[in-house]
Amino acid sequence: MLVVFFSLCLGRVTIPFATVVKILFSSILPLEPDWSATTYSVVVDVRLPRILAGLMVGAALSISGASFQGVFQNPLVSPHILGVASGAGFGAGLAILLFDNLVLVHLVSFAFGLVSVGMTYALSRVYKTTPILMLVLSGIVVGSLFSALTSFLKYIADPMNKMPAIVFWLLGSLNHVSFKDILITTPIFIVCIATLLMVRWQINLLAMGEEDAKSLGVNTEILKTLIIVSATIATASAVCISGIIGWIGIMIPHIGRLIVGPDHKYLLPISMLIGAAYLVAVDTIARTALATEIPIGILTAIFGAPVFAFLLRKTQKAG
Amino acid sequence: MAGSIKIKNLSFSYTNTRQDLIFSQVSFDLSAGEVFCLLGPNGSGKSTLLKCIARLLTPLTGSVLLDGENLSQARPSKIARLLGFVPQSLVSAFPFTVADIVIMGRASRIGMVSSPSKIDRDHAWASMERIGIAHLAKRPCNRLSGGEWQMVLIARALTQSPRVLLLDEPTSHLDLGNQIKILQVVDSLSREGMTILMASHFPDHAFLNAHKVGILKDQSLIALGDPDQVLTQEILAATYGIAIRVLRVLDGVDRKICVPLLKKTNNCHKAQEENPSGACRIKMKGDKWNS
Repeated sequence: MLVVFFSLCLGRVTIPFATVVKILFSSILPLEPDWSATTYSVVVDVRLPRILAGLMVGAALSISGASFQGVFQNPLVSPHILGVASGAGFGAGLAILLFDNLVLVHLVSFAFGLVSVGMTYALSRVYKTTPILMLVLSGIVVGSLFSALTSFLKYIADPMNKMPAIVFWLLGSLNHVSFKDILITTPIFIVCIATLLMVRWQINLLAMGEEDAKSLGVNTEILKTLIIVSATIATASAVCISGIIGWIGIMIPHIGRLIVGPDHKYLLPISMLIGAAYLVAVDTIARTALATEIPIGILTAIFGAPVFAFLLRKTQKAG
Repeated sequence: MAGSIKIKNLSFSYTNTRQDLIFSQVSFDLSAGEVFCLLGPNGSGKSTLLKCIARLLTPLTGSVLLDGENLSQARPSKIARLLGFVPQSLVSAFPFTVADIVIMGRASRIGMVSSPSKIDRDHAWASMERIGIAHLAKRPCNRLSGGEWQMVLIARALTQSPRVLLLDEPTSHLDLGNQIKILQVVDSLSREGMTILMASHFPDHAFLNAHKVGILKDQSLIALGDPDQVLTQEILAATYGIAIRVLRVLDGVDRKICVPLLKKTNNCHKAQEENPSGACRIKMKGDKWNS
């Protein structure tokens, strides 16, 4: 909450804390407006949607990361493991190339994110089951296919106009999020996150291995599919409005584990909260640190890599 | 507590064909409270057989009846309430605490969208106390010894409140003390009426606490019955492909034991031929054989 308020205050135009609070409450309380229309517009139309998007994207990527790490029994897995990011990136590139409509770009990238995971899933299916190892390997295959296709798009794109747009999109940014995007994606985020939160204790069982979970009486295929589908849709929604923001999905669950331990019952909620706050904080830095905006994907990687390296060393020493 | 189990004509193949069968036509019955020890050389399919009984693998033919109920038609959660499976080894990617792991035994009684309740925690605590690992409850599972880890897995299976317990080589890679501690637990559970099937590499364990023994070799049970009658020198020698003696120890214990023998090496034969009265020795530097 605090991060949100600070983020609303800071920016190209710095707005006093009190004014922000007043503007926010003005819709529900009859307050005398003592602020300019521009200030109101900056807070409500520009910063608010962006911050809401930051909260949701951060929460979605972190909770999906924690869930994927549990299901894949590997703390180094990111929510992009099944090729969501590459697929969505290709979809966005294609849409930027063909149309000039932001909503279409988001929709097409979302669709391709799901298509790529669908391909991964289909490829890994043997004997009516989907072994974890096959999923990971298929994810790598499908991911590199779409990366290559994206490179091809960049190669044929108009270098003055379209190519920079594709590159910027791939770097990740909350810059072009509109209220419309938020209205569309919020219900999706809520459904996916709620589903993951409902089965969060059961992720512990899958984290012990599929056969073991089965011996404990778990219907592993249903549970695994439910978790992967929810986490994938949440990730695809995040990617389609914000581009590819790396590291959050790997790093935040590790911080969560340091605080509450490995039990997914507590890990999922805490990861979600930390992830939401973290992304809004980083986004605030992204738009305030330099005169021009820094793509947030670059910042999360610059912060993420050293923090992650530190966490790795720390857990190695503890273990 | 009931727990009679009837295994009929069980066959299994990883490729689902009648060629390369792992085992075929395996049948045996156990009544409640009996301990069954499954012996057999490495790779003979002991683990596979246990997994078929637990329905972790689907057998090609045959059926498993638990108290008259056919497990092939039962849902996974139903099976887990009747039958606990203790895996041979388990590696956790995350340092869950012992309490976290033991409570997983309640999974079949907790819905897909809920978490363990107070009742579940009480059950988990009871089985930890029963096995004597309550003091380890808060310990992360990556800081347990092999023996402790095995106890944790048994406690987790007990939390399922099963009628039948399957243990896959519970004493492998444990020291002598821990092996016997595990057998002690198995013994006391069977006295309380739990039916137990365990795979083992040690025929001595069958003499120690099994009511029934089966030897799995070359795709079928080559022996089945009372350990004292079934485990003869001949059958053990055939099973493991080594020279073996079965002796009866009377000295206050009165139990049979297995004494494996080493084959005499060529060197040793030569030495004995040349010096028939001398005992076989290992040749050492500076030793003179024919002095």
